[in-house]
Amino acid sequence: MAEPLLSVRDLVVEFPTRRGVLRALDKVSFDIAEGEVLGMVGESGAGKSLTGAAIIGLLEPPGRVASGEIWLRGERIDNLPREKMRRIRGRRIGMVFQDPLTSLNPLYTVAQQLIETIRTHMDVSDSEARKRAVALLDRVGIPAAARRIDDYPHHFSGGMRQRVVIALALAAEPELVIADEPTTALDVSVQAQIIDVLKEICAERGASVMLITHDMGVIAETADRVAVLYAGRLAEIGPVRDVIQAAEHPYTSGLMGSIPTLTQTADRLTQIPGSMPRLNAIPQGCPFNPRCPHVFDRCRVERPELIARPAGRQVACWLYDKEAQNV
Amino acid sequence: MSDVLLSVEGLTRRFDVSKPWLNRVIERDERQFLTANADVSFEIRKGETFALVGESGSGKSTIAKMIVGLLEPSEGQIRFDGDVMDFNSGAAMRRLRRRFQMIFQDPFASLNPRWRVGDIIAEPIRTFDLMKGAAIRNEVGRLLDLVGLSATDAEKFPHEFSGGQRQRIAIARALSSRPEFIVCDEPTSALDVSVQAQILNLMRDLQDEFGLTYLLISHDLSVVRHMANRIGVLYLGRLVEVADAKRLFLDPQHPYTRMLLDAVPDLALSGRRRTPVTGEIPNPINPPPGCAFHPRCPHVMPICKQVIPPPIETATGRAACYLLAPTPA
Repeated sequence: MAEPLLSVRDLVVEFPTRRGVLRALDKVSFDIAEGEVLGMVGESGAGKSLTGAAIIGLLEPPGRVASGEIWLRGERIDNLPREKMRRIRGRRIGMVFQDPLTSLNPLYTVAQQLIETIRTHMDVSDSEARKRAVALLDRVGIPAAARRIDDYPHHFSGGMRQRVVIALALAAEPELVIADEPTTALDVSVQAQIIDVLKEICAERGASVMLITHDMGVIAETADRVAVLYAGRLAEIGPVRDVIQAAEHPYTSGLMGSIPTLTQTADRLTQIPGSMPRLNAIPQGCPFNPRCPHVFDRCRVERPELIARPAGRQVACWLYDKEAQNV
Repeated sequence: MSDVLLSVEGLTRRFDVSKPWLNRVIERDERQFLTANADVSFEIRKGETFALVGESGSGKSTIAKMIVGLLEPSEGQIRFDGDVMDFNSGAAMRRLRRRFQMIFQDPFASLNPRWRVGDIIAEPIRTFDLMKGAAIRNEVGRLLDLVGLSATDAEKFPHEFSGGQRQRIAIARALSSRPEFIVCDEPTSALDVSVQAQILNLMRDLQDEFGLTYLLISHDLSVVRHMANRIGVLYLGRLVEVADAKRLFLDPQHPYTRMLLDAVPDLALSGRRRTPVTGEIPNPINPPPGCAFHPRCPHVMPICKQVIPPPIETATGRAACYLLAPTPA
């Protein structure tokens, strides 16, 4: 096994509040291989975006990484001084956020923003940077890029803006792109185009992608592997096809059953009773135990760790604990 | 035709988006109108779920607002249970309003944060004077039970509930005046999928129990596929296709419908080949002439660029496309 591009080990993110410390991410561990697209799914509040923010060192205070390690190509990046982290961000890790309107500065033209980014991270002349910027815009599918590059963000439609944001994220040729709900603000017909562009351009440049979304459909189409988060913990991780077609964690299978699809015929959707616990009321043991149809005594007391399964899958559920089954 | 509950004929709504008068005079600008809906006609039968789908800006919500009487149509008429809705008569509108209700997209905005849940749900009962005194409290308790909350929740405020629970409160409020018809405007798009499933199942159960008729507005084709009996597809304010729900997905007639279906991510991983989607919705202030879809249409013909296609009867319903005409007009 080659060394993974990104390796997150036992990441814990905490928010100290007046009423005690809230643990928003609890011992999250995963790897992203070179050129791989890792999907990160979960419902709101599961900690998807927080994972992304922790990796790029942009946690909003008072949130902080309480323990755990983040490694980028063998180099530890979670404890770097600010200035060093700043150089990694953008240069080695690119970012695409949900709302293209807020991630672009409305007071600068697209050209200014792209050229600034390129020149911050790469040693090129102004005209060379501009040439690159036009090529990038052209690549992400903006028609008449050479002319439109001098427009302001508000001249572009939502989909076009998100293309500009992708161009910005890729401007310094990063090794990893973290895309946080890149298509959530867009219409379906535009969403498909943006996902295609992101996928193609990252594959072309060999960049790995961490795709954060609540949309299983997007993950199914894009990712190689998927990690399912629940209440700040990894419930399951494995190849997309396996996880979608034969989910092992009861939460994942409930989640899959609750998604209406274009081909299903069932009259009722599977529903998971209740809702995800709040951070200050995460139950003891497995966080999913009060909603789980297969719950047994052990789940209420002991927290399951990720258990290795065939085909490179991992699942945090006592149902799959062999030793216990033999007893 | 007695089973038609609501019918809409030639519904058109324009919004004046002109600059202020002085600017128009100085800049020599014309008045500008945004046509949110143009010539929309459909009917909803008793007890069915009729869905309107379309992307943002296609005019879905404008139709919903006109049907519940929050906006007056510029042209066309709406018939509810045989009677034409008269927007100028307050009394007539009031009588009608008891019979239909609305559920909105954002349960954080649609509930008054300063009111207790019990008062929120009781408001329609009080407004229409359906009950008095203690009977109201019992009714509120019964409604809360019905939507899967508990009668004691009536004392709480909306902020004490999660998004899904708030949407349940909104549903309880919608049911409190015992309506026949409920307009649901993106009822689940602010919710997570697992909560969405709960709400959709609840809506179905209530429909079975009370024989409700729904107009469901959504941008999510899979939700629509799951819920609707018949579907209308909107593009830039015009209805491009109306069809039976099951057949729409098996045999889409209009090229736009086909494109929309192709754009939905494939969860089944069937590896079906999809035509890549191109282009975006044009600006509704200045829509393309002829068929509004022609700049994105893979089968565009010269006539599409000039004349707006009329609706044509198809095997599955109606669609507005020249491709479906026996001989191009």
